[in-house]
Amino acid sequence: MAKGMRDIKREIKSKQNTKQITKAMEMVAASRLRKAQEAAQAARPYAEKLKEVVASIASGTKDVKHPMLETRPVKKTGYLVITSDRGLAGGYNANILRKVTQTIREKHKSSDDYVLFVIGRKGRDYFRRRNMPIVEEVTGLPDAPTFADIKSVAYSAVKKFSEGAYDELYLYYNEFVNAITQVPTALRLLPLEEVGGKASVTSYEYEPSPEGVLEVLLPKYAETLIYSAVLDGKASEFGARMTAMGSATKNASKIINQLTLTYNRARQAAITQEISEIVAGANAQS
Amino acid sequence: MSTFLVEIVTPERKVYAETANMVSVTGVEGELGILPNHIPLVTPLRIAPVTIKRNGKVDIVAVNGGFIEVRKDKIVILAESAELATDINVERAEAAKQRAQQRLAAKRDEVDYRRAELALQRAMNRLNTKQK
Repeated sequence: MAKGMRDIKREIKSKQNTKQITKAMEMVAASRLRKAQEAAQAARPYAEKLKEVVASIASGTKDVKHPMLETRPVKKTGYLVITSDRGLAGGYNANILRKVTQTIREKHKSSDDYVLFVIGRKGRDYFRRRNMPIVEEVTGLPDAPTFADIKSVAYSAVKKFSEGAYDELYLYYNEFVNAITQVPTALRLLPLEEVGGKASVTSYEYEPSPEGVLEVLLPKYAETLIYSAVLDGKASEFGARMTAMGSATKNASKIINQLTLTYNRARQAAITQEISEIVAGANAQS
Repeated sequence: MSTFLVEIVTPERKVYAETANMVSVTGVEGELGILPNHIPLVTPLRIAPVTIKRNGKVDIVAVNGGFIEVRKDKIVILAESAELATDINVERAEAAKQRAQQRLAAKRDEVDYRRAELALQRAMNRLNTKQK
């Protein structure tokens, strides 16, 4: 028996193990993806309702003034980046981190001009290794994050803007299109864009006053936008992982096929050789 | 008796959706009893139980702040969290209450104090709702 055969056999075995793992991960990601999508769906009514009310106040009352609606000259920028805790999700983290780093490199000369809020261990490690200024970080988010999980980071990101720590806030996350497509997206969160949109038909009474209501609503609205981005990011993460693991499984199958072919060839060669040896031996005796 | 639709929505899900006859809430300016055909109104809410009456039955929901949007035939309450009385975990609320009280007693910086205060309000709100 050729020694090569045993090696090939061992290699096949190891590829089979890998395939099993990637297959399992693919299926886990698929089931979580469904849940994450449902969560993103369930969060929509809240965000839409909030937007509707904010829009109706903004359009109903003239010259509403609120620090979160005012554009200031930009001296410092805040970035909120949403990444995942774990890898093995294809280009999920790499894409978004590249986008952020590129923008930062183009727009800022020194690291005093911007601050970072990071969600997810991958992003945190990345920025930390490069000594970029991280103000706040959240890691270990569960697969189905609740509003309370991200409340503190959302709250402080919005609050620091109102306090003037920076003059604009960008949100970087992977927008979920479908299970195989996720688009790295940059969204300017603050100051809030003209929320306007459709002017609502009903004119409301506000208690205590339109400004008073806006005071409460706008931070909530911004926080909700962050929350929906996190949910979208989660769905994207599972989508990306599912696709990545799917193709890993496919590759493993391909390698196993190739190896099996080589193995069979080697086996046949060994048998042929054995036969010819026996025949040669028999011929020599007669 | 005239009715309207009452919805309570949180970022995670729709907690409540029923046709009701009357809703009473605690707004920042004071308590409000709302009947159908109320003038359209928007106001922020305090952390307090919301009472909903429908067909002689009474539902009580612990609502954590947020605000209410009133229309002629529909009421929407948007809050960061809200629980029906039956969903409230008393032990958890008790524990949260005690934790908050301890933190208030410790009196550290202002931010902590404010947060503990809010946590205490939420816990008390849940317990009150459960007891009603």
